[in-house]
Amino acid sequence: MTGKNYLTDDYRLGSWFTTTDHKRIAILYFATLIFFFFIGGVAATLIRIELATPGPDVVSADTYNRLFTMHGIIMVWFFLIPSIPNTLGNFIVPLMIGARDLAFPRLNLASWYLFVLGGSVTLFAIFMGGIDTGWTLYTPFSTLYSNSYVSVAVTGIFIAGFSSILTGLNFIVTIHKLRAPGLTWYRLPLFIWSLYATSVILVLATPVLAITLVLLTAERLFGVGIFDPRIGGDPLLFQHLFWFYSHPAVYIMILPGMGVVNELIACYARKKIFGYKFVAWASLAIAAAGFLVWGHHMFVSGQSLTASLVFSFMSFIVAVPSAIKVFNWTATLHKGKIRFDAPMLYALAFIGLFTIGGLTGLFLACLAFDVYATDTYFVVAHFHYIMVGGMVTAYFGGLHYWWPKITGRMYPEYWARAAAILIFFGFNLTFFPQFVLGAEGMPRRYHVYAPEFQIWNVLSSGGASVLAIAYLLPMFYLAYSLFFGARAPANPWGATGLEWQTSSPPPRLNFDRQPVVDGDPYDYAHAPEPQHV
Amino acid sequence: MWRQWIPFWHEGVSPYGGDVDLLFRGLLVASTLVLGLLLFLILLFCIRYRAGNDVDRENHEAKSWHWEIGWTAASLVAFLGLFAWGAAIFLKIYQTPADDLSVFVVAQQWMWKVQHPGGQAEINALHMPINRPVNLVMASQDVIHSFFIPALRLKHDVVPGRYQSIEIEAMRPGHYHLFCAEYCGTDHARMLGEVVAMRPADYAAWLAQQAPSSSLAQQGSALFRQLGCSGCHEGSSSIHAPRLEGLYGKPVPLSDGSTVIADDKYLRDSILLPRSQVAAGYQPVMPSFEGRIDEAQLLQLVAYIKSLATVKP
Amino acid sequence: MSDSQDIAEHLATSAQRDEVLELGMWTFLSTEVLLFGGLILSYFVYRHADPQAFLAAGRETRIVIGTVNTALLLTSSFCVAAALQAAEQGARRATRTLLGIAILLGLGFLGLKGVEYLGEYREHLVPGVNFARTGQDAHGIELFFIFYFIATLLHGVHVVAGIGVLAVFAAMATATTARSRYIAGLRTAALYWHFVDLVWIFLFALIYLPGRSS
Ligand code: HEA
Ligand code: HEA
Ligand code: HEC
Ligand code: CUA
Ligand SMILES: [Cu+2]
Repeated sequence: MTGKNYLTDDYRLGSWFTTTDHKRIAILYFATLIFFFFIGGVAATLIRIELATPGPDVVSADTYNRLFTMHGIIMVWFFLIPSIPNTLGNFIVPLMIGARDLAFPRLNLASWYLFVLGGSVTLFAIFMGGIDTGWTLYTPFSTLYSNSYVSVAVTGIFIAGFSSILTGLNFIVTIHKLRAPGLTWYRLPLFIWSLYATSVILVLATPVLAITLVLLTAERLFGVGIFDPRIGGDPLLFQHLFWFYSHPAVYIMILPGMGVVNELIACYARKKIFGYKFVAWASLAIAAAGFLVWGHHMFVSGQSLTASLVFSFMSFIVAVPSAIKVFNWTATLHKGKIRFDAPMLYALAFIGLFTIGGLTGLFLACLAFDVYATDTYFVVAHFHYIMVGGMVTAYFGGLHYWWPKITGRMYPEYWARAAAILIFFGFNLTFFPQFVLGAEGMPRRYHVYAPEFQIWNVLSSGGASVLAIAYLLPMFYLAYSLFFGARAPANPWGATGLEWQTSSPPPRLNFDRQPVVDGDPYDYAHAPEPQHV
Repeated sequence: MWRQWIPFWHEGVSPYGGDVDLLFRGLLVASTLVLGLLLFLILLFCIRYRAGNDVDRENHEAKSWHWEIGWTAASLVAFLGLFAWGAAIFLKIYQTPADDLSVFVVAQQWMWKVQHPGGQAEINALHMPINRPVNLVMASQDVIHSFFIPALRLKHDVVPGRYQSIEIEAMRPGHYHLFCAEYCGTDHARMLGEVVAMRPADYAAWLAQQAPSSSLAQQGSALFRQLGCSGCHEGSSSIHAPRLEGLYGKPVPLSDGSTVIADDKYLRDSILLPRSQVAAGYQPVMPSFEGRIDEAQLLQLVAYIKSLATVKP
Repeated sequence: MSDSQDIAEHLATSAQRDEVLELGMWTFLSTEVLLFGGLILSYFVYRHADPQAFLAAGRETRIVIGTVNTALLLTSSFCVAAALQAAEQGARRATRTLLGIAILLGLGFLGLKGVEYLGEYREHLVPGVNFARTGQDAHGIELFFIFYFIATLLHGVHVVAGIGVLAVFAAMATATTARSRYIAGLRTAALYWHFVDLVWIFLFALIYLPGRSS
């Protein structure tokens, strides 16, 4: 071990809260996000407990409504959107492109503080009595009828939005301007491409959410009727504005996952990603086309039929680049030299679950079927397959993959594989029955339901408890590895990529010498052999 | 029809119900095929090319664009097909209703109020004859609700501030769930109802048995007097206001030079927001009734004005 | 003046630093475009729904104040541009003076805006507080003024932030350290100030001009 690394650079607690080191900020984010995932998860657990029986037994209707709202808000804005970008991305992006930090280190820290502030305000709203509008905050319910702490919670989301914008801005500038000599665009790892696409969405979509929330709060606080039909306002305008942000936002919640999966598959199949350029441009294509499909959330809202036709059509178009990616990943496995370490298990699970989620997205994009399925559990299952089965799975995969780099310790491989498999089963048991529920017509956001739906709900609740345990496992063994894990070498997986060329954990300014790049990414023909057993 | 040969096939309850089910199965089959192919390939590669296995990995960097172009094009074609299929049925579901039998639905937290043209009113239930398209005119008193009958494969949001007309038809008698599918507050999950589809004879009997004191239009007529509309709009009024006989369905020239058709929405706006569209040749003196009448009364007034459509002024 | 003081430790050259700052500001401005874009879109939706009322409401605004304010902002933008040029040529005093003028003009803008708000308050045109209009176009006028207040308040916040930033640069104008860093920073700040100016020109057209064209 040579000298100090970023963890041992300064031991004082204060040095963490004033740090501008992207690696430390990534860790700060990580701790914060675990906390929010836990809160969102507790809410999910309570939801599933309540739904185990058709009647109202554990919580009252009002509490239930607050639970799923808080679950949605926390999971989306305070966990999944920042998940991969702000932890893994923050840590890895500068390392991957051979930079010493992000372009604006202090802005990076500021964005964490904004995030914490936004999160605290939202939590405050929850402890004050919660918010019961659903994460979609539809007007006029949210503005004129709800008696809950809408304005406070919305303020929290608003603040967190600025944190998102700053992060996106930081990534864009970093990727443009701080690449190591020789690192041209087509030599960038695909993780960078997908985070770049993500950042574009963060920067261009989030401000629209911000202004929408301002309008909502103004209407709620001052009783002015922007969305109030009684003075000629249009409640649907809110939905248009909201989904103009929120549909692109769902790609914020999947592109980084796809980016991680690229790295994992290339590393464990020991091959360059098949059709590198297609995959790279597919990310940008998703980001761009993603801005044109928001109306598919409004097929039954009363928007014009023509608009619905156009939005449905565009939703199919935006699926094409995703299809390209899935096929390219599969093709990458061909003639690979595949190893099944835990990160690879997560990557394979991602491909399967994301595809199921994506294909059911096509069901919903299909107009006539959406008329039936919208606002049923079919939608709930669709997005959990992508967001939990896809993104959270990729997050866990990436976390294991870069764990040695981040902490300098190896995690216990046996336990990691066991947890990956358990998560996969728990997940499917939780959410597959929800497709059946949706196909049978059970509406979402229901606190009580008709008895004929019970059997599938029981399965789902059972699955959720397996899933909860499975998600707890990594917390334990990863914490264990921090103290007792084997020391990690610089490049345990024999991976390509600049981040593996510096020590684990990296020194304060990432590299002892400025790295220079002179070849293509994923050059596994010349990569070192994996060093662990 | 050939559909009967599909395993587990049930004929739909609504005219397009079967089409939606068929679409669903089509989607299922297509995705199962794609997913199956993918999983098969993944499994195959994982086993054959696992690290310990000594197989031929020559040429593994060689690649050709043909594959990518191939599967991109194949997905695109499949997608366009699915789009067109879904869109065709969609247009059938939301076709403009025939103005035959109109039933009015008012949604409010947390119940469905139904009014029949004959004046029969019911709550959380909707009786209708089978094999006859019914034009549902829906309005919301407060927030957005959604009218959802799974058995008929039909759903539409009910947005405050506007009328929503959809056509609904059942082909088999029965009791079907009615759900509120748009989150609307505390008792969203209890905003349930029942659609009772009956044979025409039973339906007629049911209507008769409800024995309304007066029809919807008659109730509207009474309101028309009670609210003072008649003071301006009838007979020898000193105020210069348009006669409403024969108005419904006709084009109305407006003071800004444009013309609109006097449909339900126009009548509604004329009563709630009279100044948004002023009839040509009149002063904008009509007061707004916003906040003074609820959606149910509004429907009665509209029904009354509609009933005047055939009366000669 | 050592070069190391001029460049943060994670950057390599001063050219890189300047590029980073500039691209950062442009990216930030692109988010601002969408922030105001969403608002302006809502404006057009309602203007389309009720064109007459929007014309009527436009006539209620104070075009004199609006025009003077436009002139103030344009002049201050000019001053900031001149200050930047002065800084590049090493004229530190001039930089400070010019920035000072720009700040005063910005404050003047805010002051006039306050007068304007007061007038609207007196005329019962503030939705949610004391809006009291009846008659044909009341609803549309209310919608217009909701937009008016949100847009101008939001813009005002940007002006305040801009004044703060300019004040920092004015204070540092004659300090002796890190010149090239200072100039790069000032260039970025100037970009922001021009943008705030540009947004105002759009708002001016949407707020004061309807109903007055013919
Ligand atoms: C990360 C999040 C994420 C992602 C990536 C997606 C991706 C997609 N989503 Fe999803 N969606 C959500 C999160 C997400 N969604 C959420 C949260 C909601 C509900 C919000 C709420 O109301 O609360 C929602 C709701 C939602 C609706 C509205 C449902 C309703 O309320 O009525 C629709 C409708 O079109 C839709 C469609 C799609 C489509 C077409 C994609 C596509 O991008 C998917 C593309 C991927 C594939 C298609 C798979 C791979 C492709 C192949 C293997 C090709 C081969 C296939 C064939 C040849 C058939 N989504
Ligand atoms: C974005 C990410 C995200 C994630 C990760 C999840 C994760 C989960 N969600 Fe999520 N969900 C949403 C986003 C997400 N959800 C959104 C946007 C909605 C819509 C909200 C709305 O309608 O407004 C929704 C709605 C929603 C519903 C529908 C509610 C309704 O419509 O009535 C259900 C029901 O089953 C559900 C279940 C779950 C479960 C079981 C998990 C599990 O994966 C969670 C597992 C994790 C844990 C369990 C945490 C770790 C373990 C513990 C903390 C155990 C200790 C707990 C106790 C001792 C109590 N979610
Ligand atoms: C003070 C007099 C007055 C009263 C009371 C009044 N109206 Fe009117 N109404 C008018 C005038 C004048 C017009 C034409 C100008 C306009 O379109 O606003 C009009 C227009 C209408 C129109 C549009 C007719 C057309 O030809 O375009 C309808 C429908 C209508 N009123 C219905 C009603 C109903 C229903 C009520 C009672 C709930 C009512 N009015 C009460 C004066 C009145
Ligand atoms: Cu009404 Cu939900
Ligand atoms: Cu979407």
